[in-house]
Amino acid sequence: MTTLAGNLTAAARPLAEAEDVRPIRRRLGPGEPIRFGGLVGIVALLALWVVGSATGLLDPRTLTEPWTVLQTAGTLVENGRLQESLLTSGVRAALGLGLGVLVGTVLAVVSGLSRIGESLIDGPIQVKRSIPTLALIPLLILWLGIGEPMKVITIALAVFVPIYIHTHNGLRTIEGRYAELAETLGVTRGEFVRHVVLPGAMPGFLLGLRFAVTSSLLALVVVEVINATSGIGHMITLASNYGQTDIIVVGLVVYALLGVTADAVVRLIERKALSWRRTLAG
Amino acid sequence: MASHTGRLTPAVRVQSLHRSFNEAGGVLNGLDLDIAPGEFVALLGRSGSGKSTLLRALAGLDRGVAGTGRIEVPDKVSVVFQDSRLLPWKRVLDNVTLGLRSGDASDRGRQALDEVGLAGRERAWPHELSGGEQQRASLARSLVRDPQLILADEPFGALDALTRIRMHTLLRRLCEVHQPAVLLVTHDVDEAIVLADRVIVLDGGVVRHDARVELDGRRSQADPAFARLRARLLTELGVEDDHDAAAPSHVERAAS
Repeated sequence: MTTLAGNLTAAARPLAEAEDVRPIRRRLGPGEPIRFGGLVGIVALLALWVVGSATGLLDPRTLTEPWTVLQTAGTLVENGRLQESLLTSGVRAALGLGLGVLVGTVLAVVSGLSRIGESLIDGPIQVKRSIPTLALIPLLILWLGIGEPMKVITIALAVFVPIYIHTHNGLRTIEGRYAELAETLGVTRGEFVRHVVLPGAMPGFLLGLRFAVTSSLLALVVVEVINATSGIGHMITLASNYGQTDIIVVGLVVYALLGVTADAVVRLIERKALSWRRTLAG
Repeated sequence: MASHTGRLTPAVRVQSLHRSFNEAGGVLNGLDLDIAPGEFVALLGRSGSGKSTLLRALAGLDRGVAGTGRIEVPDKVSVVFQDSRLLPWKRVLDNVTLGLRSGDASDRGRQALDEVGLAGRERAWPHELSGGEQQRASLARSLVRDPQLILADEPFGALDALTRIRMHTLLRRLCEVHQPAVLLVTHDVDEAIVLADRVIVLDGGVVRHDARVELDGRRSQADPAFARLRARLLTELGVEDDHDAAAPSHVERAAS
């Protein structure tokens, strides 16, 4: 304060070229974002793994050395086991996800647009939501056996709940004024659904889809570890029996890659489908 | 549209309209109102006087509100809301042509956008437009339907003063070209006088005052007749207007 006052009372001296005098407040917020900041932690963790293994601090029986994991991955690719398992797991997850998304969306639209639909559908789904899908597996095994249908349906059951919840919520939060507008423009119910309801519920649906992708992978891991004869989970379970840490780590890396890839795809869809919103964010 | 028979039968006829939201009392209490084809009527009234209730009744948006009476409106009615109410997920042109089923909808939409001065913005998202431009787009959406009656609920209420003056000019020009009957709800007395052929003051759910605006084409606030009408309407609205009786002429001079 005193310095500011001092500056003001001092006789105005000529301004030097490119002179920059201004009061600056101490920053309290986190400041500028770091470029590729999201990767820093991952790289640090990998470095820790490499250093730990190289110095012998990490016992290979606890966690295999990174180079052995790469070698094992190479071998598994060479003999085709990795691709085969990945394909099986991928198809399972995709089928379950597709089925769950379809069912969840249809139920959400029916329940969001009609009061009768809501009365019939919403209650049971809220109850279903409070039962962890994985707790249903014993019953599903009795009903469907341990084959592919049981696996796909378990995944679908885990997926349709977040899709339903978020799409339904998206539908319900479409502002009533848009419905009013549609009424004054004399549009039909079909046009209303196509031009107002579905695009309006899209942000909710896509949020639900991101949760659904995570749920589908979780359910995939569980159904594959419990009783499968193929897939990444089966590969991991076998390796566990023989104490092959390297194969387990390869399996985990593949799961991680599946998850990251699926999330990236959903985000890409989000960017395309919600470009009308992106302009808001700048 | 403004044929001789059209002149004889009003575009809007409201007879003893009652509307009430609760047992306590009505918002509209036996309101009668005729609007001739092509006539521009401004509706003034204090908050709670029933302006919006009347407008929503005419627009057919008051399902579930208790009431009696008779409302006759033309087939083609467009509503302009206070917010532009553009769907944020549709580009401007798609917003304008929403619900149009004719094959040339897109061409007509472009033409309407051109008329409101938004040519070239067809592909813009609503968020990319300024408040005034959004309201222009919503005017285009109304006009493209070739309405016999436009119901406007404080359409310029959310705009800044300068944009509002520009919108007044635009709306007057559009009404001269298309000749729809207009019912404009506003709380701005000056806006009512500048735009309307007739100004109605609503109070207690009935028409309290019905004044024809007898000013010639260029309506200036510097005109003594303008000031007299303004003072009378303000009195009808229960506002004592003395503090800015002289001020508007200053503003007028400063602006020109």
